[in-house]
Amino acid sequence: MLLEQKYSGVLTTIQEEHKGNLDMFDFLTYTAIQNALVAGSLAAVIAAIVGYFLVVRGMTFTAHALPNVGFAGAAAAVLLGLEPVVGLLVFTISAAVAIGLLGKQLRERDIAVGIVMAFALGLGVLFISLYQGYAERVYSILYGNILGINQTDVLVTTVLSAVTISLLFILFRPLLFSSLDPTVAETRGIPVRLLTITFLTLVAITISISVQVVGALLIFTLLIGPPATAMRIVQRPLWTILIAILLGVCYTWLGIFLAANGLFGISGTDMWPASVYITSLSFGVYLPIRLLSPLWIGRKARRHATNLKSEEVLSQERSNNDDRLVYEAKGVLEVF
Amino acid sequence: MTSVLDKNNPIVQLEQVRIQYGKRIILQDLSMTINEGEFIVMLGPNGAGKSTLLKLLLGLLRPSAGQVRVFDRPPSRGNREIGYAPQHRTLEADLALRARDLVGFGLDGHRWGPGWPSRKRTALIDQALEEVDATRFADAPIGQLSGGEQQRLLIAQALLTNPRLLLLDEPLASLDISHEQEIVSLVTRICRTRHVAVLLVTHDINPLLPAVDRVLYMANGHSAIGTPDEVITSTTLSQLYGSSVEVVQALDRLFVVGAEI
Repeated sequence: MLLEQKYSGVLTTIQEEHKGNLDMFDFLTYTAIQNALVAGSLAAVIAAIVGYFLVVRGMTFTAHALPNVGFAGAAAAVLLGLEPVVGLLVFTISAAVAIGLLGKQLRERDIAVGIVMAFALGLGVLFISLYQGYAERVYSILYGNILGINQTDVLVTTVLSAVTISLLFILFRPLLFSSLDPTVAETRGIPVRLLTITFLTLVAITISISVQVVGALLIFTLLIGPPATAMRIVQRPLWTILIAILLGVCYTWLGIFLAANGLFGISGTDMWPASVYITSLSFGVYLPIRLLSPLWIGRKARRHATNLKSEEVLSQERSNNDDRLVYEAKGVLEVF
Repeated sequence: MTSVLDKNNPIVQLEQVRIQYGKRIILQDLSMTINEGEFIVMLGPNGAGKSTLLKLLLGLLRPSAGQVRVFDRPPSRGNREIGYAPQHRTLEADLALRARDLVGFGLDGHRWGPGWPSRKRTALIDQALEEVDATRFADAPIGQLSGGEQQRLLIAQALLTNPRLLLLDEPLASLDISHEQEIVSLVTRICRTRHVAVLLVTHDINPLLPAVDRVLYMANGHSAIGTPDEVITSTTLSQLYGSSVEVVQALDRLFVVGAEI
């Protein structure tokens, strides 16, 4: 089977050393798993933070399109014999800057992004068909190959994550302000366009890192899933981000844990890739929370409505016959 | 303290201002002053240049000709003496943000870093919320609030820098008659007690008639300014629109017939 071939190296080493006596947590001592946990956690953390801003800005479609553009870059890099992450970074950052320059014409933006995404996917297909080597390298870009992360990948991931987290920390308030109300933010002297381009570059970096964990096609699950779920639970920006991080890291760890267990034939888990578990967990948590959240969000609104009730009674009394007459008069005149 | 009707202290001066995009002239020959603590209402049909004039004062665009001075300086972004509440759009229901978070942007939204909570910050925000009667929904998610409530928050946000000029772009749009009245009395109170000049864009002068000092009426690139009695007359408006316009008074209200406001 494909997965058995893919992980045969890791599998045989581990099985040989333990001579068949594998315990549930033994695999945690192995480099491949440790690498996966470190890189996976970092990716989950920055994906949750960046994802929060993407949701607030209403740019979730960009979060879907950029990884697809990145896929073309990764395929090009593989074709040229470079590291896929180089192609990912070059393509996603260029696309991010281009989207940032499109500016405020929101209605046009998604169309332009969609057309560029389709073109990039086409290029990706072309690069794959030209590529003569193992299709598995391309396959792992699309669906993720978290147990194939090496020491260099971990180092790159750590450096890029540190840069992304510190920049987002510094930019936090102006970025949130300009995400909600770009015009007012601009009048307050915030360089809105520069901020947008910087932010989208950070999105591109996050995507390039997360591709290793869940793959280009499934990245939405780490980027949007945790913040969208967290927003249904709490109302404060910082808390939302913290809960999103917690959810993202939990999904990733559980995903790796279950995948590793399946791989080593422990505790009867099926042998599926980590990304399958991660996407299922993300969906499985979002769905009930989305369905049940009106219960607690609605309660807050109802409490608020009760406070208002006395005032509404008063204002209803105020809107007496005069107002009704005026409205009728207005209607008559508007007919002319 | 100077009197409310002190006309000798201009904070905004416009001289022969013209704004044009390519060949299309939005505004021309606009000369006016706004005095300290004055309540001015801006009226006119869509596309007459009302929001454009606000952008001009905020330093978001430059005039094609003429001179603009705000607090004796050319307008520039980041001026803390101007408070601006934009034309209201419905905020997304799912946004993870409380009313006080939105208001807080007015205080320090432009600063770097995530911003740590402090007693002073909370006190300032609470004060602003109280001033616009929004204390009871201070911790409610903004997506759950009505249009009038969100409008109050935008005004509170604009007030946090203690501005001397408040620019309000259609704060009465899509409000029903009782909420409209609430916002009008709120803005009037702010204008009179804080002695802040207000420039308010609207399509209906009637709820504002008792409160307003002067009216700026814009149409077809031209403008007229003066008290409501001077400006909202059949003669002035017919001249402005270049067609026959009738101002009708009924039930203590003014209605403009024959033209789009």
